[in-house]
Amino acid sequence: MGGYQGFGKYRGIVSARAADESIRSVAQDGGTVTALLCFALETGDIDGAVLTRKADERWTPGQLVATTEREIRESAGSVYALSPSVFQLKEAAREMALEKIAYVGLPCQVVAVRKMQLYPFGGRYVGDKVRYVIGIFCSENFPPESLRNIVEGYAGTPIEKMRKMYLAKGKFNVASDGEIRQVSVKKASHWAQDGDHVCPDLVAEYADISVGSIGSEPGWNTVFLRTRRGEDLFNRARDQGRIETKDMETVQPGLKTLEKLAVAKKANAKEAIAKREQMGLYVTRDMYY
Amino acid sequence: MDKPIDAPTGVPGEKPSGKPTFAYIHFAACSGCEISFLDNFEKLLEIMDMVDIRYMTLINDNTEFPKADIVFVDGAPCLQSAESVEELKKARENAGYLVSWGGCSTTSTINNFARGGQAPQPQHESFPPIKRLVKVDAFVPGSPPGPEMAYNVIRAFVKGDTDYLKYLTSYSVGGWACGCDLIKDIVENALCIGCGACAFACPTRAIEMVLGRPCINWERCVKCGACYAQCPRSFQPVPLMDRMMEEL
Repeated sequence: MGGYQGFGKYRGIVSARAADESIRSVAQDGGTVTALLCFALETGDIDGAVLTRKADERWTPGQLVATTEREIRESAGSVYALSPSVFQLKEAAREMALEKIAYVGLPCQVVAVRKMQLYPFGGRYVGDKVRYVIGIFCSENFPPESLRNIVEGYAGTPIEKMRKMYLAKGKFNVASDGEIRQVSVKKASHWAQDGDHVCPDLVAEYADISVGSIGSEPGWNTVFLRTRRGEDLFNRARDQGRIETKDMETVQPGLKTLEKLAVAKKANAKEAIAKREQMGLYVTRDMYY
Repeated sequence: MDKPIDAPTGVPGEKPSGKPTFAYIHFAACSGCEISFLDNFEKLLEIMDMVDIRYMTLINDNTEFPKADIVFVDGAPCLQSAESVEELKKARENAGYLVSWGGCSTTSTINNFARGGQAPQPQHESFPPIKRLVKVDAFVPGSPPGPEMAYNVIRAFVKGDTDYLKYLTSYSVGGWACGCDLIKDIVENALCIGCGACAFACPTRAIEMVLGRPCINWERCVKCGACYAQCPRSFQPVPLMDRMMEEL
């Protein structure tokens, strides 16, 4: 395994899902993140996790510090809208006095956490309490109002009726009771936040563990194990029967599909950065990697 | 008894340690940044292994400011105090590497609100960031910066880790930094991704994330610059992150 472009550094890639059916039934895809967090909480590897969940009927993203299995399970599934959850690390460490915190966020947020660990200008002694950073694959993200436009304007589904949103095969899918309505990703992308266009990172290259769905079969996750501590947690969860795995090379559509998208995101970012610089706009120092 | 200014520390007759020397000088500010420095707790011993601390108000009773390889400047000088301005100039002359440590030296922080008119020196009204008066080699905004930053900067200096220090040398990190910089440099350049790192960094909780964007409470902002420095879209320390991943 190897020789792929656009994945960053990793120690292993595997296709995985939660062994627990009750986790899979509420999960976005395979429930790997939820299963890992429940396992880590149970073993004492963590004493809490900073997560994002659907906070109300209108799919407003809510941030929370989960300290029970129930809260972790309630946070399963994705909300494709901005969730400023890095702030919650301060709540977890300062207000709740947690010592071993897991953080789950998007690639840009993973970078924010790593930068905070390296350069803690604010938030003293929080970085050393972040035990695991779990990154979720991300092609782009939406302001809450954009999400509403896609779901209600394009798909014609009242947002309160939506049960789940997911991307598959170039479509933004809006699932409600009894039907799935589709919007082309190209149309939906129009509503993405502009800050994403300079981001070169699809697969959360700086997380301990990165999790997404692209490349794996429906109901499964594609998982990158990037650091020793991430690999160790994952292997223990697998050995304890919490996680089921498949060899990534045997599943369809496989890593080539993921590679294509990861490389495309990098190419688009490079182009966007060049264009902005040409316009004389400031672009983040060392934005591209 | 005071030691001669440039004599090596330690017992008389001992050879110089060969360690880089360190000094910490204090201008107009509270002592929060110095206390944050001391809040390295047991890691202070590691700092003392890395450098000889020659001068620091709270832990070393030297009265004259010596030459030192690395100097932390805390606080803003007062333009109406010749002594204060000369002391800063002298600090620069005496410093091999000058670090603007904390918000007051880096951005002036609450000194931005000074208007003079108060006893015992009503004529004292101007407290600019130190970079207006002297060249600064590295900026560490924050009010106060996390204690870890002192350790990190000193370690990087001693090890010659320019990858770490290069992100602190930029004048944009030590600019006129407050919530405005997030709006002007990040949001207005279409770089904000709503992660919440600015709100995390703010020592006064002046930032609330509304619809995924920072909203600044101007009554609370002390203009320390932590939010802009902490923002993942002001700079991304990619070589450091690569190194960090190897260690985790």
